[in-house]
Parts: sequence; structure tokens; C-alpha cells
Amino acid sequence: MSVVISIEDLWKQYRLGVLGYRSLHKDLQSWWARLHSKEDPNLPVDRTELGGNGPTDKIWAIRDVSLEVKDGEVLGIIGRNGSGKSTLLKIISRVTAPTRGEARIRGRVASMLEVGTGFHPELTGRENVFLNGAILGMTVRETKKKFDQIVDFSGVERFIDTPVKRYSSGMYVRLAFAVAAHLDAEILLVDEVLAVGDAAFQKKCLGKMGQVASGGRTILYVSHNMPSVVNLCSRAIVLEKGQVEFTHENPRQATQYYEEHVIGDIRNSVPIPLKDRVDRQGIGDLRIVGFASLTPDGEEISTLTLGQPVEFRIYYEVREGHNPRNVAAAIAISSRSGAFLTYLSNYGCSDGFPSVARNGFIACKVDKFRLSPGSFVANLALHEGQTLQDWIQGAVEIRVNEGDFFGTGRLFPPSHHGLVYLDQEWSWGTESGAGHL
Amino acid sequence: MMRGLMRNSTNISTNPMQDSTTLSPKICSDSENGQWTTIIRPRSPWFDVNLAELWQYRDLIRLFVRRDFVAQYKQTILGPLWFFIQPLLTALVFTVVFGRIAKIPTDGVPDFLFYLSGTVCWQYFSTSLVQNADTFVANAGVFGKVYFPRLAVPVSIVISGVFKFLLQFGLFLIFLLYFLVKGSSVGLSVWAIALPLLVFQMALLGVGWGILISSLTTRYQDLRHVVPFGVQLWMYATPVVYPLSMAPERLRDVFALNPMTAVVEGFRLGFLGASALNGKYVAISWVMTLIILFIGLVVFSRVEKTFMDTV
Repeated sequence: MSVVISIEDLWKQYRLGVLGYRSLHKDLQSWWARLHSKEDPNLPVDRTELGGNGPTDKIWAIRDVSLEVKDGEVLGIIGRNGSGKSTLLKIISRVTAPTRGEARIRGRVASMLEVGTGFHPELTGRENVFLNGAILGMTVRETKKKFDQIVDFSGVERFIDTPVKRYSSGMYVRLAFAVAAHLDAEILLVDEVLAVGDAAFQKKCLGKMGQVASGGRTILYVSHNMPSVVNLCSRAIVLEKGQVEFTHENPRQATQYYEEHVIGDIRNSVPIPLKDRVDRQGIGDLRIVGFASLTPDGEEISTLTLGQPVEFRIYYEVREGHNPRNVAAAIAISSRSGAFLTYLSNYGCSDGFPSVARNGFIACKVDKFRLSPGSFVANLALHEGQTLQDWIQGAVEIRVNEGDFFGTGRLFPPSHHGLVYLDQEWSWGTESGAGHL
Repeated sequence: MMRGLMRNSTNISTNPMQDSTTLSPKICSDSENGQWTTIIRPRSPWFDVNLAELWQYRDLIRLFVRRDFVAQYKQTILGPLWFFIQPLLTALVFTVVFGRIAKIPTDGVPDFLFYLSGTVCWQYFSTSLVQNADTFVANAGVFGKVYFPRLAVPVSIVISGVFKFLLQFGLFLIFLLYFLVKGSSVGLSVWAIALPLLVFQMALLGVGWGILISSLTTRYQDLRHVVPFGVQLWMYATPVVYPLSMAPERLRDVFALNPMTAVVEGFRLGFLGASALNGKYVAISWVMTLIILFIGLVVFSRVEKTFMDTV
């Protein structure tokens, strides 16, 4: 497949601070002072010499990015705010120029970096569709051909001839998106455009994006909506501080990398041992001091395996002079992006252990671990009856590897892991009889 | 399991990168070009006017013009009437103040016509200039989100200016006819044919100055406030409210350096038959116009690629 976007050694620098408010007067003053070897009256206070090694007011938004996008590829670009995603799109869409490096493009580029660009409140919806279309690069003839489709998609037919200033914000956004969604270009740049509108419309947008994606166009998709990245994209890259941190053919891997390393900052932090954690809640007569995962043979493991039995142990200690009663423990497992997945506890479904040892562990056995391969986070808690004794959020990381869940040696492909594996039995039949797999 | 590419270990603090302003433009070869539709580079050529691209976007230009008209039409009660009222009132005020009170001679031409002719020309030029000077800042929203040839905006401003000029010119013609019928000493001369040329020149001048100032205002925003005020002063430096013939011979050459002088006088020569214009002044005027246009385009080309970072 041919390459349609080729980015080579791209760098982009921005100047920080208050820009555009320079005055001719100040610039002349500074120039005059420099000319006469006097101190520049307009330098910020903490700099003593011009161009010295003081804190720089320039920032590299994109650092040495090289990338190739093939025809028909849907590339997901994820990263934190400020990682350079929007800047990259701006450069490709020619809104701004790079500082160094080069980008080569084959084909028309249409960008959906914001909807409603150029909408004028006094013009009617109809007039704005044509104007917006022209701004985005469509000729009037193209827009005319697609006009009915656009209006139909937006759902504002009744109001198409009223000035846009009378539209509700939802209508406005729907019409704007409808125009952008019907752009006819070989390469589309989409930047979190879908984060607008109500849930129903968002679903429509995603559907349309999916349609466009499978229509063979090349798309660069920037989003914080991880599930949509996994669903729509054929490849994904993670940007961090202007560099391509990670790239993978499977977008799920990229989103996981993002969640673990970029958001979770695992790369940077040395985990604090549980007993030293101070960010806990609860009375504290009982304290969590450790956590471990074990195989049925009692061997401690750092990574779980899908489908395997595991025993979780929460190690605790009791404060001097306190008698533990009705002790219950809880493990709440969430995904990296914060979705609460499952709860393990003897709290609520029983009164708890009438009494426990002063220092020891509370164990939980799970006979078949069903969470899909990936990385998860667990909160740990200890209760005494109704009272919360100790609660640590983000206490431990639980990693799950692929394992033989079905006992057949086969597993679904990574894109079909979902979050949970369920035992399943399949059969076929007719009304009069049944067969077996 | 394949992990994919990880970040390289370049240590940014030892980055030997120089300041970008010392870069020289890259040259591309034809064979390289053949494969790619667009090549994006840090520096654009120093004179980057892509007329083919402007033509491609002609629909957009047309829609911008339409938008200007419609917006103005819909937003004011007087709407289209305003196009006529403005020059009329201005000319009236000038007649009273400069004609009656200050008693400035008008080359033997009826006062009102004299001032109306000056006003109509000057209106076109000054609105063209003032609106253009604000191009980048006023359109920062759109420019920052989508690419389209930046020159499309100045071109559309000038074109909508031409339409407004034609309306006001029509008004002027009506008054001219009225005065002719009344038997005043005005005469259309053969130079009236030069009108399209004059309009074109004013357009070029408005665009040239406008984009020059616009490019500068992306860095120095206080220039935006200087422009309307500067234009007003410029009006007094042009023979709008007085004829060129009032100036002593030697000074006339200085006046000729102001490109608008020849335009306004040319207009008067064509339609009112009286003016101190000569071929030399016309030539100077055109040369100045083209120089300014050229400088404007060069500065604009340099700024347009990265102005979004500073505006």
C-alpha cells in the first residue's frame, strides 16, 4: 500500500509568555538599549543577561517526529493534553508551519479540527452550509450535490432557512458536524470533534466516522475517547511531550500503554510500599501493610494469568490495645481509565470474621480469574462491622497475562478480549431436535 | 509479544538545535515533487502568491463577499441605504465646512460634486485598507482551524469594496447628470474610460497596504489602533477636500508620491473635466502602488505560515 503522509524529523517550537502584545514602542526601546550596550529594560526580572542560560521561554511542542501513514489507514493519535497531538494536526493541515523537518502529503486534506468554522450568525443554515463547506474546501457544486444528505444527517431541515443565531447550541453543532462529515477528501484529520452534542448524536457521529473509516479514506484520529480509538483505528500512536512514545498495529495496545505509562506514570514512580502509604482513610485500628497474589501452590506471582485460580492476600496489622472483631476486607478492581469492574469482599455478604490474628493476612480465593489480559488497579479496604478501618485507593496494580481460559489452547484475538471472559457453551438446533458443538 | 517502537533516548538539554531563524529555505527537486501533492516545510519561498490556488477557492471568495453584504444588510435598519447615506452626508459636510466656510476653491467645479467625487473614491480605498489591515486578527478563529489560502480574505474584501463603490458611483453619476442638466461647467472627458483602471489601482493599493499592516499587526497589535487614525490623516494629505491645483508647483511632486493623489485627480479629470494631473504623476502613482503591493505580498508570504503562533 502506498504512503500518503510522510513526516520526517518534524520539530515545532512555540514561544511561551504573552504573545502578540508586544508593542512597537517596547521593541524599539529594547533595540535601542541593545544598541547602546545598556541593559534591556524589558527583560523579565529573573534574567540578567540576554540569551544566557536562564529559563527559556521557548517550548518544543513537537520533537523529532517521523511517521508514515499508508493509504486507507485509520491512525489513532492519543496522548495527554499538551503532548503535541493538535499541533501535529495543525502542521499537517497547514494551519501552521513546522520549525524544522518536512511533511509530504499525497491527496486532498480535509480537517475537522473544529466544527462550525466560519459560521456567521446572521446567515441562514443553508447559507452557512455553503460557506462552511467552502472554507473546508468544497466547491459550491460539491456542496449542492451533498446538500440534502447534509441537512438530513443534521436533523435541522425545518430550520434550514432561519438565521443560525436562532439555533440552539445542539442544532448548531449538528449542522456543523454534518457539513464536516460529508467532506470529500482523501485524507481526513479529526480532532476530538465528536466530544460535542448529546449522546444520541455522538453515537450517530461515531457511526458516520466508522462508515467513513471503512470507506477507504485515510484518517488521522485524535481523541481521548479510548474505546472509539480501539473501535475505529487500524493503528495507533501515543504522543508524549511532543515525541512518539509508542506505536502499535493494535490500537488496544497503544491505549493500554497510554493508560499505564502516561496516565499511570509507572515509568517514573517508584511504588511506595503499602505499609508506608499515608494517603489512606479510615479509623486505622487495623492497617493494611501488604498485598500479594498467590498460585494455589502458595507461590507468589507478580502477574496473574487469565483463567487461572489465584489467591489474594491482604496483609494487615492491628494497633496495640485494640481487639479486632467482625473483620471484613474488600478489593475493588478498576480499569486503568477508572471504570469500576468488579468487587471482591466478604463485607456486606456476611458479618466478617468474628476475630482474626493480630498480624496476618486475609485471603480471598478466586477459582478462575476472568478479567482480560491487561493492567488493572485495585483499591483495598478493611472494615470492622460497619466501620471503615482502612482504605487505600490505587493500592496495587494487577497485571493479567493471556492464559488458556477455555482449556482449549485457543483464545480470542486481542481486539476481542473485551474486559471480561465468560465461560460459554455453544450449540445449534432446530425446533424438533438439537445438535452439539 | 511485539512491543512496538519506544521513545529514543535523545537528551533534549544537549540539543544542538539553532534558532530557527537561521535556516535557509529548502529546495525540492522535480522528481520528488512528482509523487506528492503538498510538501510542508518550515520556510516558504519569499514570494509565495499562488494564483492557481486562489482560483481553486473562488467559490469561497464569492461566499465571503456575499457574507459581507448580507451581514451588513441584515444587521442595520438602514441596511443598503447606508451605502448611499454615508457619502452623501460626508460630501454635504465637506461642502459646508470646506466649501462655504473655508472657501477653498474647487477648480471651477460645483462644490458638492467636487467633494462627492473625492469622497466616493476615498471611501472605497479607506474601507479596503482598514478592513484588510485587520485580516489576520479578525479572522484568527478561522485561520487557526482550517487551511485556505490566506489571500482569499483580502481579495474578497476588495471585491466587496468594488461592489459598494459601484453603488456609490451610481449615486455620483446621478448627481453629475443633475448638474449637467442644470448647465454647470462640468464635462465628461475621454479620461472617464480610465475608471476601471483607477478602481483596479485602488484595489491593489488597498490590498498592498492592508496586508502589509496586517502582517505587522500580528506582532505589534497596537498598530491596529493606529490604522483608522492614520487613514484619516492620509485623507488630508490627499487632494480629497481640495484640488491639487491649490498646491504650489514644487510641492505637487511631493503630493505625487502619495499614490492616491493621482487616483483622485484622475477620477476628477475623467468626470469633472478639471484637474492638475499629468502623465508624470500617474506614472509615479503606479510605481508606488506596485512597490507597496510587492512589499506587502512579500511580508505577507513570510508571515502567513506562522502567524497563528503569535497572533
